[in-house]
Amino acid sequence: MQFESLTAAWNMAGHGPYVWFVFAAAALTVTALLVAPVLRSRRVIRLQRRRWQREQRLSGEGQHAPGT
Amino acid sequence: MWSFFHKLGSPPWMYGISGRILSWLLPLTLLLLAWGAVWGLLYAPPDFRQGHSFRIIYVHVPASVVALAGYYVMAGAGAVSLIWKMKMADVAMKACAPIGAALTFLGLLSGAVWGKPTWGAWWVWDARTTSMLILLFLYLGVMALYAAWDDEALAAKACALLALVGTVNIPIIYKSVDWWYSLHQPASISLSGDSSVHSDMMQPLWLMIAAFYCLFVCSLLLTMRGEILRRESNTGWVRGLLMTGEGGRAV
Repeated sequence: MQFESLTAAWNMAGHGPYVWFVFAAAALTVTALLVAPVLRSRRVIRLQRRRWQREQRLSGEGQHAPGT
Repeated sequence: MWSFFHKLGSPPWMYGISGRILSWLLPLTLLLLAWGAVWGLLYAPPDFRQGHSFRIIYVHVPASVVALAGYYVMAGAGAVSLIWKMKMADVAMKACAPIGAALTFLGLLSGAVWGKPTWGAWWVWDARTTSMLILLFLYLGVMALYAAWDDEALAAKACALLALVGTVNIPIIYKSVDWWYSLHQPASISLSGDSSVHSDMMQPLWLMIAAFYCLFVCSLLLTMRGEILRRESNTGWVRGLLMTGEGGRAV
């Protein structure tokens, strides 16, 4: 390792804030790029399942309703 | 060859194969990213002139390189979508735009933060930074165009045209550091081997570039899977997939 202590790694001879900020931004971007599409897919699946359930319910009611 | 092309255009096939690819590519991506980041942050030697601030290279270069490569993918998919009206190409093009925009933004942000201790300024209207900013606007433009139309086929056509016209910017970005020699340094790495970076610093950089390429593919496939489900939601195969409970796990 290039640093003698964790504090030295954090400070990086004065460049620490710049370097750690960039790596934090990268971590955030990576997380967003992988999590956002999964959340979107789950939403699509949830909405679609709800729609089918509603359709099933409606068609069920249609069959049993008197006079139809 | 043609049968592969036909398969590529089939949503159920694409959905299935992307799931299988992601099952190993996603863990590999996370491993490469973690490995490259720790190596670059803590183990690579400091630059003799820039000190530790040079470690920003391990985010800045991979993000910018893949942001540019992503534009090729988007424009290529746009061309295929225009010429052969392939649905999957349209899905891929739409998926590329937000990923490319995020990576371009990360490249610009890390460049600005690197610029402060190195150049003494967060931002300069240098040819490279300006052309990358245009790349960001191109990605955002494609996203906005998609959102602006209700008719998806029309939106896809307009976006493909914009993406293709925007490819003019890509060689400009590559060559900007040579044509307008200003603050941004010319390319210091090259595949042909005459890189001006020491191998101790270079190895984690190659690792991070590979990791960001994998990240792009993972994010692209994940986004495409969601879009495939949305577009194909009325088809039998999606109904079968989601009703058997497979779909929730599959993404």
